[in-house]
Amino acid sequence: MRSILEEETTVELQHINVKLILKGSENLNLDSVIPVFHSWIQDQIFDELLLDVADYRHVKHGPGLILIGHEADYSLDNTDGLLGVRYNRKAPLLGTNFDRLIQATRSALLACQRLEADKQLNRKLYFNGQDVQLIINDRLLAPNTEMTRQAAAPDFNRLAAKIFRQAELSYSTDPRRLLSAHIRSSQPFSTGELLSNLQA
Amino acid sequence: MKSSNALWKKQLDGKMPEELAREIDIFEAEIALRKQGKLEERLFAETRLRRGAYGQRYDNGQRNDGQKVQKLNFPSGDFTKGPNTMWDAPGMQRIKVPAGGLNAAQLETIAELAEEYSDGIAHVTTRQDFQLHYIHIDDTPSLMRRLAAVNITTREACGNSVRNVTACPYAGVCTDESFDVTPYARALSRFLLGHPDCQNFGRKFKPAFSGCAQHACGLTSLHDLGLIAKTRVNETTGREELGFEMYVGGGLGAVPYHAKLLDSFVPPEELLPLTQSIARVFARLGEKKNRNRARIKFLIQDLGIEKFRELVFEERKTLPFDSRWAEYIRQARSEFQELPLKEAPRNGTVDASLVTIGDLNGASENFKRWMKFNNRPQRQPGYVTVTIALPLGDITANQLRSLADIVRRFTRETIRTTVEQNFVIRWVSKTDLPELYAALAAAGLAEVGAGALVDVTSCPGTDTCKLGISSSRGLAAELRRQVSEKSFQSDQAVQNLHIKISGCFNSCGQHHVADLGFYGVSRKIAGHAVPHFQVVLGGQWEHNAASYGLPVAAVPSKNIPQVVTRLTNRYVADRKNGETFKDFVKRTGKTELKNMLEDLTRPAAGDTSIFSDWGDPREYTLGDMGEGECAGEVVSAVDFGLAAAERELFEAQLAFEKGEVDQAGKFAYRSMLTAARALVRAEDQDVSNDPDQIVSEFRRRYYETKVFFDPFAGGKFAGYLFAAHEKSGQPYSEESSRYLIDEAQLFIDAAHSCSNRLGNLVAV
Repeated sequence: MRSILEEETTVELQHINVKLILKGSENLNLDSVIPVFHSWIQDQIFDELLLDVADYRHVKHGPGLILIGHEADYSLDNTDGLLGVRYNRKAPLLGTNFDRLIQATRSALLACQRLEADKQLNRKLYFNGQDVQLIINDRLLAPNTEMTRQAAAPDFNRLAAKIFRQAELSYSTDPRRLLSAHIRSSQPFSTGELLSNLQA
Repeated sequence: MKSSNALWKKQLDGKMPEELAREIDIFEAEIALRKQGKLEERLFAETRLRRGAYGQRYDNGQRNDGQKVQKLNFPSGDFTKGPNTMWDAPGMQRIKVPAGGLNAAQLETIAELAEEYSDGIAHVTTRQDFQLHYIHIDDTPSLMRRLAAVNITTREACGNSVRNVTACPYAGVCTDESFDVTPYARALSRFLLGHPDCQNFGRKFKPAFSGCAQHACGLTSLHDLGLIAKTRVNETTGREELGFEMYVGGGLGAVPYHAKLLDSFVPPEELLPLTQSIARVFARLGEKKNRNRARIKFLIQDLGIEKFRELVFEERKTLPFDSRWAEYIRQARSEFQELPLKEAPRNGTVDASLVTIGDLNGASENFKRWMKFNNRPQRQPGYVTVTIALPLGDITANQLRSLADIVRRFTRETIRTTVEQNFVIRWVSKTDLPELYAALAAAGLAEVGAGALVDVTSCPGTDTCKLGISSSRGLAAELRRQVSEKSFQSDQAVQNLHIKISGCFNSCGQHHVADLGFYGVSRKIAGHAVPHFQVVLGGQWEHNAASYGLPVAAVPSKNIPQVVTRLTNRYVADRKNGETFKDFVKRTGKTELKNMLEDLTRPAAGDTSIFSDWGDPREYTLGDMGEGECAGEVVSAVDFGLAAAERELFEAQLAFEKGEVDQAGKFAYRSMLTAARALVRAEDQDVSNDPDQIVSEFRRRYYETKVFFDPFAGGKFAGYLFAAHEKSGQPYSEESSRYLIDEAQLFIDAAHSCSNRLGNLVAV
């Protein structure tokens, strides 16, 4: 798709998704996450309005378990067979692209940290410490083209450096798929450490 | 919600069919009017429903979270998109797919929309539509434009209108059909879309086509309009002629009705006009006030089929001629053509040596099962159809893209959705089956057991539907888990049974026509509401859903898997001489069946799991049920016409603000004509769009009779129309344009008053 913004050298990053890949996910039984998500709605634990829980575990490599919200969804997403805690920002955000990346990453980390600490999950759910995906869920603002990837790269690199210090980025190049980058750190970090790095 | 919403119109300019683009512009203007408080919520609700934008559970702004009823504080506050329906609340978007036919680009677009506006899932419905959930109303115009760019419309996917025209997914390739009904389904769909005679129904109207009487694929018996392909030999010419058995008045719902034969042979050239005649009779005489009796089946019940038939044929005699009757059929016949991409194998059979893929990847048993359940020979030697069984009708965005690649690789993009919430790929060369299986398996689309016990059909139920009583999808997922392996090891007769589940009595899951049907009800146990399913046994799927099942007992949701096990075991044990499940149920009798299930109607001592539903840990409550939007509000054609006039006036104001004064004047004049025509149509539904005729008829019917007169201003506002009409050929200045916009507003207001005085809400 050729975006009307394509001729510009900048890209607007909105509707940012951040996915934190989990460790040892093949042994995870997600049944026990459902009541946890419901309890998040009961307590409305985030600034964002939380609405409902949707279970799509019956489809292969699908969106898994989703906590539907108004401004954002949180999920245990299994797209591409990679189970991870995913934050999907639906409402537009103010600030610069980098500000928005920071906000979405922080939200994903906070959600993951909560799940890691939840006693109902018996501390079986953990971030693998090294793999983070950034996905821009708007094909018109950010089509998955070489030009957009180049335009987004400085902000993606800056975020990777901020949270991991040293990391490699790779991109999905299928033009039909959403613009996305996979950040892989050379060494593992906990969610707490990454949150500290974000604040630094 | 989406930041790109303002950009899609420009991005897709010139890429959408003009008519669809205009229709979406109108809807976008109506959204703007609603936001400005210039379009009342009741009217906006029906207008969005007619664009397929539907409400969803909790859209009244509250939800029981398991501990308390929680108010959902949406950013737009209590602003609504319909009665008791919050603006920001997520909704469902239904997408019409006439006859279930799709191409690869359309699959890719639906994938993109599922990802960007929904939750990454597209859901295939029991009427061959798609549904996307959790959609924000502000995103719908962009979503619709992107669909329009691949020639898909959502128009009249919901509301009191003609819904998707469904058809047998094997049409044209079936081994024993009379002929291919696809072109006729497409022609009828095109003809009825937005047709003025279909805008004033009291409820929805669902047409379906079948190529034969004996199979289930078309389900014509349970449709408002059912058409079964027939052939006969003309006694004079000796030639074979094509035609349709035409049925009317079928429907499921709480009390299912079988469609009745209206005409035993309708030739193709009469298909469209006769349907139009039915629509006019239904619009004129169908119930409008009581939506529970507003489907055409009730009208036919009240009149009797003979009287209804008489009225339809009388209407046909006086129906103004329309060249599209023949033109659309002719075009559809000439344009619709399906050809294979690959050559068929010479011997017309699959070489046994090809069935080795499973040995290569360790999945041979699955491949054999897939060959058995998911493939079916075509009429054309060497080709098969392949069914992709979708769990609960769901498919991910990535799977849709893979599917697009697959249909491009193996066929000329010949794929259809089915009423069993699956896909059928047509024109697959038998020699391609191993490779096709491998491609599907890689995409997670090689689920075995299409159409078998494990292929459970379910409506959305309490997951997203406002009317849901029990979790039909939760139960369906659980049954799939429990019967998946067992079903392939059980008796052949059990493997082929159908399970269908509805979340309530409204039957969207088509439980009446299943061997084992279930619909959601609630019962009180120990002072608590407990989700139950009513067990309905022995419905008939075959012969276009020829008979409906027998309600036997209400059982707590959590005990339903045991019901399935017990009944199927008993069927296998007691089955006599290959009798069908339907015959087994009939022979066994309701009393015995009820006795069999008696203990399951009560929870086991101490079992507290029954107080929550499948997949939902909250304590069960009925408090989240809302008002259904299936029927929508009954809004008359007059109200719709006046809303259209308001929207045109809004466009006049926008043009004026941009300095396009001549255009503004033209829009304002047109808005007055639209309002006048809306009133005239209340008395003469055939009034044309000719301005002279509209003004003349308005003058005769409303001005000279003083019906339009305001109690204080008399005929003053009508005078604005007459003056504007007189000057309509002249260019508009800034001043004249501004005056005309004001006058048009007054005229439209007066038209509303007139309509209210006449009580035109329902009767036209």
